[in-house]
Amino acid sequence: MTETLTQTAPGRAAPPAPAAPLLSVRDLGKSYGAHIGCAGVGFDLYPGEVMGIVGESGSGKSTLLSCLAGQLAPDRGEVVFDTREDGPRDILTMSEPERRMLSRTDWAFVHQHARDGLRMGVSAGGNVGERLMAVGARHYGEIRATAADWLGRVEIDTTRIDDRPGTFSGGMQQRLQIARNLVTGPRLVFMDEPTGGLDVSVQARLLDLLRGLVRDLGLSVVIVTHDLAVVRLLADRLMVMKLGHVVEQGLTDQVLDDPQHAYTQLLVSSVLQV
Amino acid sequence: MTQDAYNFAYLDEETKRMVRRAILKALAVPGYQVPFASREMPMPYGWGTGGVQVSAAVMTPEDRFKVIDQGADDTTNAVSIRKFFERTAGVATTTRTEEASVIQTRHRIPETPLREGQILVYQVPIPEPLRFLEPRESETRKMHALQEYGLMHVKLYEDISRHGHIATAYAYPVKVEGRYVMDPSPIPKFDNPKLGRSAAIQLFGAGREQRIYALPPFSAAESLDFEDHPFDPSKADHPCALCGSEDSYLDEVITDDAGGRIFVCSDTDYCETRQARGYRGKDAA
Repeated sequence: MTETLTQTAPGRAAPPAPAAPLLSVRDLGKSYGAHIGCAGVGFDLYPGEVMGIVGESGSGKSTLLSCLAGQLAPDRGEVVFDTREDGPRDILTMSEPERRMLSRTDWAFVHQHARDGLRMGVSAGGNVGERLMAVGARHYGEIRATAADWLGRVEIDTTRIDDRPGTFSGGMQQRLQIARNLVTGPRLVFMDEPTGGLDVSVQARLLDLLRGLVRDLGLSVVIVTHDLAVVRLLADRLMVMKLGHVVEQGLTDQVLDDPQHAYTQLLVSSVLQV
Repeated sequence: MTQDAYNFAYLDEETKRMVRRAILKALAVPGYQVPFASREMPMPYGWGTGGVQVSAAVMTPEDRFKVIDQGADDTTNAVSIRKFFERTAGVATTTRTEEASVIQTRHRIPETPLREGQILVYQVPIPEPLRFLEPRESETRKMHALQEYGLMHVKLYEDISRHGHIATAYAYPVKVEGRYVMDPSPIPKFDNPKLGRSAAIQLFGAGREQRIYALPPFSAAESLDFEDHPFDPSKADHPCALCGSEDSYLDEVITDDAGGRIFVCSDTDYCETRQARGYRGKDAA
């Protein structure tokens, strides 16, 4: 499934076979004193692939995501990212300027609460334009045109370009956050419960949008959620976490349809049926 | 008139030494905000405590001192600071820009070009140009260290999207020597072109915020802008009503309650000097 996805994605050259992983994680661990945040996590993420991480609250999903995104320093392990310039590099041994540069260009981070990822005092256009200006765009007309284009892509009326995010609904704020993150054409997107706190119809619309963007742009995504429906829809592969450890991983459909670990079975059977 | 109970120029020598060290560091790293142990001064914050400490630290008994407040030598702030140094340092004072060796200023750069050997001391309320966009000091320091100045352009972007042009008219941010983005204190953006390549030493003191920064002589200070919205040092489109000057920064003065107004030079010394040389505006006495 992954391969077909990558090849059919428009605007992207087919990766040379066999493709090198975009993100390669080995034996990642982070403890808070005696308490384990996450331990012994390892996986490879290939270009164009969407990886879901599920688990209950406190299972270490967000800790893992923060470690991957360079926001939290893990205690051990390595996170190797295939950079555009220098090839595979361990982000944990990178200097801070390099890491921050990565997080402005090749990476994106979509927060659960749009307020954490947006500048609430700045207009929608300014929010989208910030990353462009951060990487050196200095032409107002072009920045604004790009911002308007991206607002259109995330289905926000372009007449709202000069409104502040505070005047937007929750779903619009989340879509604005996504536009703001994707405007510099990142290759790897981290998402922390992107649909949390939204009502179901808005969730469905957002998921639909996300799925379209991921396929069109050939993004690689690490998505953390406790909502199995979200990963079923978006993720190619799935990792199930419990108490800081990965208890099961594999293709999404395989894990969800034929869960092996007792916890995964519990998780799958706990989904409410309408 | 010097009051002997005070050390020369009020501050004790150890404090001056500390301030001078900060000044030297500031000159060595143009535009970088150097922290210093700002002292309690006998005037409230916002009245130029930072500038006064810098002036006190660089002042010698041979100096001739001038103070400007919004371009004028005779406003409260200027008068009280001038008196302060007359009493505590006994230095000669002047209102003439050419004659002064140390000039403390609030909100203006004199119209008369400064020369080598002069020191211009600015009073700075908020030294951090990124403060209103990023409230965390830890974060703004990191942004300076890593030269992450995209946010500064977000502010200018917001200006254009709201007003159609860059509406920031004072405290217009500059990039110093291609490195640090600096708040030039609340001078009108009309004065920004005078910041760069100036022959004088320019020192900036923020007392409450405890920061000193500097522009060494002849260093570059480039006003930030967009390619399609270039920097424009605008001023009121009038000649001075008193001296007829076409290229000085003007204050609008209301003259009656029937809508009458005149535009006069904000730099009083410049205006008076021109009038003494025989230049006359339309409302000159």
